[in-house]
Amino acid sequence: MTLRLQARGLACERDDRWLFEDLDLDIRGGEIVRVEGPNGSGKTTLLKILSGQLADYQGELFWNASPMRRARQAFLESLLYLGHAPGVKAALTPLENLAWYQAMAGETPTEVSRLAALNAVGLAGFEDLPAGQLSAGQQRRVALARLVLTPRPLWVLDEPFTAIDRDGVAALEAQLVAHARSGGCVLVTTHHEIKASKELRHVRLGRGGQNAER
Amino acid sequence: MGKIWSFIHKLGSPKWFYAISARLMPWFWLAAAVLILVGSVWGLAFAPADYQQGNSFRIIYVHVPAAFLAQSIFVSMAVAGLIFMVWKIKVADMAAAVMAPLGAAMTFISLFSGAVWGVPTWGTWWMWDARLTSMLILLFLYLGVIALRGAFSSRDSGSRAASVLAMVGVINIPIIKYSVDWWYTLHQPATFSVTSRPAMPLEMWAPLLIMVLGFYCFFIAATLMRTRSEILRREANKRWVRELAGGLS
Amino acid sequence: MFAWVGEDRMPSADARPIDNDGRKTGGGEPGGGLVVAVWATLKRDLTLLMRRRSEVLNPLVFFALVITLFPIGISPDPELLATIAPGLLWVAALLAALLSLDSLFRSDYEDGSLEQLLLTPQPLAMLGLAKVAVHWLLTGLPLALMAPVLGIMLALPAGSYLVLAFSLALGTASLSLIGAIGAALTVGLSRGGVLLSLLVLPLYIPVLIFGAGAVQAAIMGDGASAHLAILGALLALSLMLAPWAVAASLRISING
Repeated sequence: MTLRLQARGLACERDDRWLFEDLDLDIRGGEIVRVEGPNGSGKTTLLKILSGQLADYQGELFWNASPMRRARQAFLESLLYLGHAPGVKAALTPLENLAWYQAMAGETPTEVSRLAALNAVGLAGFEDLPAGQLSAGQQRRVALARLVLTPRPLWVLDEPFTAIDRDGVAALEAQLVAHARSGGCVLVTTHHEIKASKELRHVRLGRGGQNAER
Repeated sequence: MGKIWSFIHKLGSPKWFYAISARLMPWFWLAAAVLILVGSVWGLAFAPADYQQGNSFRIIYVHVPAAFLAQSIFVSMAVAGLIFMVWKIKVADMAAAVMAPLGAAMTFISLFSGAVWGVPTWGTWWMWDARLTSMLILLFLYLGVIALRGAFSSRDSGSRAASVLAMVGVINIPIIKYSVDWWYTLHQPATFSVTSRPAMPLEMWAPLLIMVLGFYCFFIAATLMRTRSEILRREANKRWVRELAGGLS
Repeated sequence: MFAWVGEDRMPSADARPIDNDGRKTGGGEPGGGLVVAVWATLKRDLTLLMRRRSEVLNPLVFFALVITLFPIGISPDPELLATIAPGLLWVAALLAALLSLDSLFRSDYEDGSLEQLLLTPQPLAMLGLAKVAVHWLLTGLPLALMAPVLGIMLALPAGSYLVLAFSLALGTASLSLIGAIGAALTVGLSRGGVLLSLLVLPLYIPVLIFGAGAVQAAIMGDGASAHLAILGALLALSLMLAPWAVAASLRISING
């Protein structure tokens, strides 16, 4: 599978402070890349840059060896991003929430696939309740159901384990590994320790631009 | 073409801009001082009094240049914003940032002088005259741009937001101006408007022209000066600024 | 599969293969995708607003309240009211439309949907336009329909009621579009509401002039078609330019 996200000389300055400087990344299919670093080291910012939300950075991004500027459309069609906030509307039911995401992904919404996705994240029986009545963990699961619902090779996940219970964490971890094994790529920040596997790689953001890959 | 581009990019680097503006600025200050001095002495002391308004018309020598600048500064601010957004040239944004208060001040001066002029002409401090109304709306547009820039905690976002608003505003200014003119003629078809007058004799408009030029030179000089201090403020961590400061102390 | 729940279920959606370009197989062509996405956004926002009906009703109540204040504050004299009615109705409707603008993108920003909106492979300007259309449908249009009733209360002369409703329907569409730029610029600010009105109100003036002018012209018997044509032109211009400004502003606001 051709799947490659590269960053060359990436640097981000936020109001006279360098979050990171001269960061080189080469992320390929079959990998889980965990971005680590203390609070305020720019993990979320890095994920936002790598997912194409922030234009305010120096350096270059490449998607499948072509510059991001030209490959943006293809990149967005391969990307699934889950941010800090789950992006779940409290007034809509999980089914309705997913219907919008399905349409946004360019697919014709089908209820069968949505039910299956909700089923897969353990929300069977909650399909028609307003999401506002669900717990924080359940709302997060609604968002995570998109991993099943719209297959995309590149996952960029910002703290996906937040508010998820222990069984859910194990299941999500297994899902990340399975995604990497099937050729997909996962870029993740988390405070939760992911079990070591041969797919897992770490990128460490430090203070003052001391970035290292190990 | 390539030469022009490299020149623009050089000019876009704060360090270069700082060096070049240091050479240009004194000339603009000098020109502004001479032109404004000549224009105001000529306009206030030697130009003939108006046959209708007497000496009170002489406020035109402040009112009109300020009104010209108020509009031109908004346009230059939007152009600077566009340059910043498209080519990411930071100096353009610094210039836009310092232009906004200058433009607002000019708008206020033209409004204030218009109000003062209103006392002898209309017998009141304020009339909903088409030009004054447009100027008032322009002042609100300026205040919006300034407030928006200040509202963001991230300076970069504030810069971008202010640039977009300035561009939206510049598209709207002619529309606002024409609709206000239209509104005014509809409601007060036969009122005397202070600034739209029959042909002025040369002795009256020559000093006015000099004053307008003087105001423009003042604007350029003031923008250069304030952009330079903005550069120092924003680039305070850069080596060349520290060396500059070290050399001074 | 993955043991999200105790029993092992096979999610059928997961079984679809991913092709070489990373696109899901069996998806629609891009043009169809945009229609689907815009339609889904329209439907979602309509559903959301219909579930929070107070947000739809509040501007209407505000409109009626403001109109009530004027006879109390000025004079109940029908003749006086009739002369100022066109302007009053238009100003009050404009403020009511402004009131609901702040929430246009705010909840999307707060719950993270806005990030997702920015990352869809569809053009953001079109999706923003869909959201603005819903705003007009549930704010501008009801205000326009309600205005004639309030016109009766202000002794608005006969023969101008249709023009009042039509000019408001046409004008509020421009107001929603222009206002969306302001809403997009201030959505990331915690206290954006007052700033929003400061940014947007000056830009509303041309619409106000020709909207209120249309009603006045209808009262004078001059025929309002010229005014309505200009309102239409303003709408066309806003339709062409505002969506791009909204998209650019949203991208800025998401930066924080």
